[in-house]
Amino acid sequence: MLKVKELIKDFGKVRIINSAAFEVNSDEIVSLVGPNGAGKTTLVNLISGHILPTSGKIEFLDRNITFASPYKRIKMGIARNFQITNLFSDSSVLDNVRTCLFSVYGKIKKGFLPANHYRAITQEAVDILDLFGISEKMELLPPSLSEGDKKILDTAMAFALKSKFLLLDEPTSGVATGDKFKVMDTIVSAIRREKMACMIIEHDMDIVSDYSDRVLVLSEGKIIADGKPQEIMKQDNVKGILFGVMA
Amino acid sequence: MENWVIYILNGLYFASFLFLTSLGLSIILGVMGILNLAHGSLFAIGAFVAAWIVGAFGANSPITLFFVGLLAALGVAGVVGLALETSLIRPMYKRALEYQLLITFGALLLIEDLIKMIWGGTAYYASKPFTVMGSLSIGDNQYPYYFLLAMLISMVAGLSIWMIMSKTRVGIMLRSISMDREMAQAMGIQIRKLNTLAFGMGAALAGLAGALIVPTTPALLGIGMDPLILAFIVVVLGGLGSLKGALVGSLIVGETRSIGIVFFPEIELPLLFLIAVIILVFKPEGLFGR
Amino acid sequence: MGVKNAILKPKFFVYLGCFILLLFLPRVLPIYHLILFESGITFAIMALGFNLLLRYTGLLSFGHGALFAIGAYAVGMTGEYFPDLYRIEILIPVALLASLVVSTIFGFICVRHTRVFFSILALAVSMVIYALLVKFYDITGGSDGIHIELPIIFGKSFEGMKRFEFLSGAYYYLLICVFAAATIIMLAIVNSPFGKALQCIRDNEVRAEMIGIRVRRYRLYSFILSGLFTGLGGAMWSFVNGHVTPEIAEWVFSGEIVYMTLLGGFMVFEGPIIGAILFTYLRLYAVAITQYWMFLIGATLIILVLLLPEGITGGFVKLFSKKRRAPATGVA
Repeated sequence: MLKVKELIKDFGKVRIINSAAFEVNSDEIVSLVGPNGAGKTTLVNLISGHILPTSGKIEFLDRNITFASPYKRIKMGIARNFQITNLFSDSSVLDNVRTCLFSVYGKIKKGFLPANHYRAITQEAVDILDLFGISEKMELLPPSLSEGDKKILDTAMAFALKSKFLLLDEPTSGVATGDKFKVMDTIVSAIRREKMACMIIEHDMDIVSDYSDRVLVLSEGKIIADGKPQEIMKQDNVKGILFGVMA
Repeated sequence: MENWVIYILNGLYFASFLFLTSLGLSIILGVMGILNLAHGSLFAIGAFVAAWIVGAFGANSPITLFFVGLLAALGVAGVVGLALETSLIRPMYKRALEYQLLITFGALLLIEDLIKMIWGGTAYYASKPFTVMGSLSIGDNQYPYYFLLAMLISMVAGLSIWMIMSKTRVGIMLRSISMDREMAQAMGIQIRKLNTLAFGMGAALAGLAGALIVPTTPALLGIGMDPLILAFIVVVLGGLGSLKGALVGSLIVGETRSIGIVFFPEIELPLLFLIAVIILVFKPEGLFGR
Repeated sequence: MGVKNAILKPKFFVYLGCFILLLFLPRVLPIYHLILFESGITFAIMALGFNLLLRYTGLLSFGHGALFAIGAYAVGMTGEYFPDLYRIEILIPVALLASLVVSTIFGFICVRHTRVFFSILALAVSMVIYALLVKFYDITGGSDGIHIELPIIFGKSFEGMKRFEFLSGAYYYLLICVFAAATIIMLAIVNSPFGKALQCIRDNEVRAEMIGIRVRRYRLYSFILSGLFTGLGGAMWSFVNGHVTPEIAEWVFSGEIVYMTLLGGFMVFEGPIIGAILFTYLRLYAVAITQYWMFLIGATLIILVLLLPEGITGGFVKLFSKKRRAPATGVA
C-alpha cells in the first residue's frame, strides 16, 4: 500500500532522513522504533505531507504522492494523529468525531439540516466512540478529559476519517502506564476490524512486540532493520541502539 | 521634470512620519504579538500635545519651542503607552488574541474622548515652525525647509532605534523575544518588563510622528485613524518585525500617495489600499516578511 | 425527524412565546419606544450575522459597519435611481445581492490572513468603503446621504402617510417576520454540519484542515453569510431611520457592533439579539446624559473584557448551567 523509496530530507546542512526505504502492506500494523532524534516524527511528517522531502519517492496505492498536499493525501486515505493532542477544544467529544464523519461524507457542503437530524451519521459517531470506550463522555469538552482519553479521542478522529492508512505518533504517550495496554487493545482491535494499515511510532518495546506485525528500526535517518518483532529484537545492531548495550 | 522632484520629495516627507508610526507598530507587534489598535490614538496624543505647546506660547521663538513640543509629545505618548500596557494589556496575556484587540480598541475609544475632554473639538494649528523656516527653491518650485527637518528628525529617530536594537543589551533582548518568545523566556529574559518597554517605545514613536505632522496639518479629532490604517498597511507590506521593511514600506506608501494625489486627488486611501491588497494577493507574507 | 424533535423541545415554545409577544407589542408600547425597539431589531439581525463570524468561526471583524451601510445604501440608491422598483419585494433582494457582491470581495481580501490581521484588515476595508461613500457624492449623496422614502409593500403604497404611522403599522409586522425568518435561518446554519465545521475551524484550524475542511474557503462562506445578514439589517434599518449617511460605515459604528455583541454575550446564540436591543436604549439614554459617548463605551468595553467577557447572557449561563463541565448523566 505504501512504498517509500530512497527518501532523503535535509534541514539546511543536516541530513535528517538518509535514504530511508520500506513498504507497508494493507492490513499490516508496523511499528517504527528508534532512538530519540532518529527522525521518526520527520518521517511521519513526510508521509502525511506536512513537510516535503529533498529527494526520493513516496507511493501510496501505486500513486506518486511525494509532493502532494496534506489535503490531497487525506482525501486519498492517509490519516494521522498528533504527538501533542490537537483537538477541537470548544466542541463536544461527539462533535469532534461527528464532524470528521460529516467531512468524509461530504455533508459539510450539502448539509442544511440540523446536525442532529443526520441520525445515521450521528449514530455512527456514537458507535465509534463506543468502540474506543469513550461514549459516556460524548457531551463533554476535550479540556475536561484525561490525557489518555484525549489521545483516544485523537485516534478515534483519525479513525473516523475512514482512512486506509493510519499514522499514529506515540498513541500511548501521556497515558498512565496501567492504561497503556487497554488503550492499545482498543485502538488495535478497531484497526483490525476495519482492516486498515497502520504505522505506529512507539517507544515501549512491550507494546511493540505485542501489537505489531512488523517492526522498522530507524537510526540516524536510515532503516537499519525490518522484520518481525521477535527476530528484530535478537539482532545485535538493534539491541545496541534500542537498549544501549555495547555490541 | 522639477515637478517630479517635488512630488518625490513630498512623498519622502509623508514617508518620514509614516515610518515612525509603522516602526512603533511593528515593534509592538514583533515583541508582544499584539496589534495595537490604539496606535492611532497615541499618534493623536502626540499631535495635540505638540500643537498645544507650540500654539500656547506662540509669540516666542518657535523653533526651540517646537523641539520642546516634540519631546513632550514623545514623552506623553510614551507614558500613556506604559500606562496602557501595565493596566490593560498585561491582564490579557493569557487570553485569546481577540481579547487583546478588544481591549486596545476600548482604549482607542477612551482616548478619543479623553482628547475631546482635554482639548475640546476645535482644531489646533501649529504652523509657525513651518512658515518661519521658509523654503528652498528647486527650479520654479518651493520646497519647505520644514519638510527636510521632519525627514532629518525621522531618520535620527530611526537610526537611534536601530542602534538600540542592535548594539544595546536591551535591544538584543527585545529582538530575541520577537524571534522566539519561548526560547527567550527559557533563557531567563524578563518578558514582562521588556513588553512594557517595547510598548512604551512604540507609543513614543507614534507620538513623535503625530507631533511632526502638526506644522502642516492641524490637530483634529479623529486625526489618528488614517495613520493607524496606513501604518498597518506599511507593516503588512514590509513584513512583520522588520525595520528595513518599515522603511521600504513607508517609502512605497509615501511615494504612491504623493504621486497618486497629483493624478487622482479624490481617491487617496482607497488607492493605497488597493495597491497593498494587490501586493498581498501575490505575497501574503509581505515584501520582506518572515 | 430531527426537525420534529426540535419542535417538541421547550426552547421552541419559548421562541414561539416571544414571537407572539412581539406581535402584541404595538398595542403596549408608546410609538416612540416602538420605533426605538424596531431600530434595535434591525441591529439584532445584523448582530446575528456578526456573531456567526465571531462566535462560530472565531473571526473578529472591526469593519461590519460598512456591510450594514451597503444594505442601507442599496435601498437608498434604488429609491434615487430606480423609483419604479421601489417595492419591498425588490428592495430586499437588491440589498441582499449588493451585500453578496461586496461581502465576497471584502471577505476574499480579509480571510486569507491570520485572525489578528483579519480584524484590522476588516477595519481598513471598511474605511475604504466609507471613503468611497463620502467622495463619490454625485452617486451616493456624499456626507449628506440619501433620504429614504416609504416603500410599497406587496402592492400597497404608503405615500402621504407619516413615517411613525408606517412604522407602528404594517412595517412593524413585516420587520418582525423578517427578524423571525433571519433567526430561524441562522439557527439552522449554526446547527448544521456546516456550522459544526465552522466551529472546528474556530477551535483548531490546523486540525480542521487535517480532517478535510478547506479552512479559507469556509471562512469566506461564513463571511459572506455574515455580510448578507448584516446588509439585511441595514436595509430594514434604513426605513426606520428614514435617512442613510456614510457615518454608518465608519469605524465608530463598527466598534458599536462589536460592543453590542459583547454586551449581550457572544457565547450564547440569543446573546447578540439581547445586546443589540439593549444597546439602542443604552445609547439613547447615555447620549442624553453626556457628550462623551465613546468614552463610555470604551470604558464599559474594557470592563466587560476584563470582568465579564461572556457578556450578560454568558453571566447567566455560568450561574445556572454546569452541565458540560461535570460528567454527563445521560444522552441529550
